[in-house]
Amino acid sequence: MGQSFFTTSASGTFRGKSLVSTVALAALIGTAVLTAPASAATLRMAWSQDATGLDPHKQTAFSSIRLLELIYEPLVRLDSELKIIPALAQSWEFTEDGKTLTFKLDPEAKFQNGDKVTSADVKASFERLMAEETGAAARANFLSIESIGTPDETTAVFNLSQPDVPILTAMTSINAAVVPVSEIEAGSIGTKAIGSGPFKLEKWEPNAKEVLSANKDWAGGTVAVDGIDISVLPDETAILAALRTRQVDFALINDPLVATLVPNEASLTLNRTPVLNYHVLQLNPSRSPMTELGVRQAISCAIDRQDVLDTALLGEGEVSGPLTMPAYASDPSQLFCYERDVEKAKQLLADAGHAEGFSATVIAATGEPPTAAAEAQVIQSQLAEIGIKLDIKMMELNVYVDTWLKGDFDMAVALNGGRADPYSMYNRYWTKDGNLQKVANYIDDTLDDLMQKGRVETDPDKRREIFGAFEKHLAEVSPWIWLYTSYSYTAQQKNVDGFVATPTGSLFGLSTVTVAQ
Amino acid sequence: MNYLTRRLVTFPLVMLGVSILVFISIRLVPGDAITAMLGTEAGLLTPDQRAALEAYFGIDQGWLVQYGRWLTGAMQGDLGISVTYGKPVLDVILERFPLTLELALLSMAIALLVGLPAGVFAATRNERPSDLIVRVFAMIGQSTPNFVVGLLIIFILSVGFGVLPVMGAFTPFFVDPLQNLGQLILPAITLGFAFAASVTRIARSAMLDVLSEDYVRTARSKGVPALSVIWRHALPNALIPVVTLSGVEFGYLLGGAVIVEQIFALPGLGRMVLDAILQRDYALVQGSVLFIALNFMIVNLIVDLTYVMLDPRIRLGDR
Repeated sequence: MGQSFFTTSASGTFRGKSLVSTVALAALIGTAVLTAPASAATLRMAWSQDATGLDPHKQTAFSSIRLLELIYEPLVRLDSELKIIPALAQSWEFTEDGKTLTFKLDPEAKFQNGDKVTSADVKASFERLMAEETGAAARANFLSIESIGTPDETTAVFNLSQPDVPILTAMTSINAAVVPVSEIEAGSIGTKAIGSGPFKLEKWEPNAKEVLSANKDWAGGTVAVDGIDISVLPDETAILAALRTRQVDFALINDPLVATLVPNEASLTLNRTPVLNYHVLQLNPSRSPMTELGVRQAISCAIDRQDVLDTALLGEGEVSGPLTMPAYASDPSQLFCYERDVEKAKQLLADAGHAEGFSATVIAATGEPPTAAAEAQVIQSQLAEIGIKLDIKMMELNVYVDTWLKGDFDMAVALNGGRADPYSMYNRYWTKDGNLQKVANYIDDTLDDLMQKGRVETDPDKRREIFGAFEKHLAEVSPWIWLYTSYSYTAQQKNVDGFVATPTGSLFGLSTVTVAQ
Repeated sequence: MNYLTRRLVTFPLVMLGVSILVFISIRLVPGDAITAMLGTEAGLLTPDQRAALEAYFGIDQGWLVQYGRWLTGAMQGDLGISVTYGKPVLDVILERFPLTLELALLSMAIALLVGLPAGVFAATRNERPSDLIVRVFAMIGQSTPNFVVGLLIIFILSVGFGVLPVMGAFTPFFVDPLQNLGQLILPAITLGFAFAASVTRIARSAMLDVLSEDYVRTARSKGVPALSVIWRHALPNALIPVVTLSGVEFGYLLGGAVIVEQIFALPGLGRMVLDAILQRDYALVQGSVLFIALNFMIVNLIVDLTYVMLDPRIRLGDR
């Protein structure tokens, strides 16, 4: 396309007409860059990482979930304070023994193909999620489901094999989305996106753009914009430039270094929300000398968490213990060695027989998070003070994930996903049969006991007490060194209003956004 | 044409070699389509779940079986299905290619428009201040990485002037030529900057050689006007190294300009290949690298044929 146009101009100007063509080029830029603003009722949005697929049960990457949350709906969802609120279900209740969970569906709820959302869809969706051939990683959170009853069209009854309080929180994930039974039977989940959510996916060009239109029949309310046009701009400084020139109304920003530049622009607003995800230095307690409690504790005492945060993330975050959800978080200064103490670190190291220090390798993923390399470097310099020599190995994300899953590292700089419920967040690591025990490589009876108790306890105050003890113990035995949580960022023009961010980083709040003319 | 047939016969052999190399190297890198999709959540999969996903991504068989299956398809023109795009690989490539081709042509046009006159000009002003200025600019152009140029352009335009071409949604040339050129001109300038610098340097030194030859002196002594000596007598003979350089550069550009596409958010081949590698979309990586290799071979062939046109003394088949 267009090649003939340019070959002519190239060969035709061999004889020194370059000045004329330069003027022509300049005129082209002049006319083409001054584009008229798009119709204001469509929100023009940009993000740097695109979704990798459309199957809500299978996709676990944040970049996919953010898109799918606009199209599909779970039974329940989390509000900005992480309280469970209705989505497709209007109400729900656990029986006294905690083994039966009943949902009443919104009778108005409809899929984007016009079909009503019924209990049959709920049953089929969860059965698909649980079937091993689906390959849904989220299945691990729903293993206690024994059967699903559908006494009538709007009632779904989950029969559980044991009391499972965290299951309700797990159901807020878009990985537990309700999809139409007809689409499951047609085998088209993942190729067509037919949900019941506020937006319909009109067009998707992977890694380039998405076009969403407002779902007029959405039972959850009225969507204020006509639609959302999402552009994938892989370089976040280019996103900032697009915001500056008003090409984009709303943007998602990952890199704190870019986000901190937004407030310099008078026409832009930055939304900054603390998130549940946590930055952590994972030690591998199966490898010597991290097998020794004293060594792990020495590392914990030698690290100045606030300094890592200030240097690598420009202070964009909060020092945190293992529990990052506000309802469970404790004062981090009460946790083991959250105040840096180099003398104590040296002493602990000497007592463990490593007074001279040792060498170890730390792995980190390039660009994931964007600050990973800087974090590794600050940690390297802090640990050098007690004689631990770190060799930093930066890896492409996929290589990192592969290495991480095999537990093939001495230490790892990581940004791990947080959950609204402490059990769902940590059972994969800190229970005896946790799926990721081979990555965590540390478990003791106390941790396992507390996790099992927390799982079945229904009283909120008692749960807080149990998980408080869990957190305190975890920080003390230091298999990992929890550092801090950071923020999620969105930037918007001043005429965009009504976006509500949540600690899960969801963009569902776009359903209430308005764009003033 | 004997030479042409011989060259064309080598194409399939080179392609076969390239396909084997790509096939193996992408699989040697740790991580697969499953870890690319799930990240660390892949650790939650049961062995049966993992097996189901491997079958879904077509990576459940041994390498030899996978390669055999792929090769059989490729020979029938079926490069497989991209798991990211859910479409045939060839369709995905052909959707992205027009942009890449247009960008490559545009950058080459800029490079030749600026580089050739500048090189010739510098050669005729050999060792004078104006020659020195051109050479300094060429040196700067060649040694500045294109991401610096690209980011500087974006920064200056957006901060200084508050304007920027539309980013993200790309407009094809035939839909809206003006919008299309507006989107491509800055990336083309970014790429053309270093390209023009190389052309300037090569053109200058080739012209210097030619200008000192006997036939140029003869032409001058016969009273041919100076401009005519330069443009009609000398330049055509100085073009061969320029064609060689442009051919190689153009071949590279047809493989996509990853960094510039990334900065200007252009959906070209380069970013497609990069994303395919990051997402371990094996079929797409294999198909697109093969496509790029084929382009490169075609461009090289055209370059060789151009030599004959420029200098009738060259007989390709006899060498």
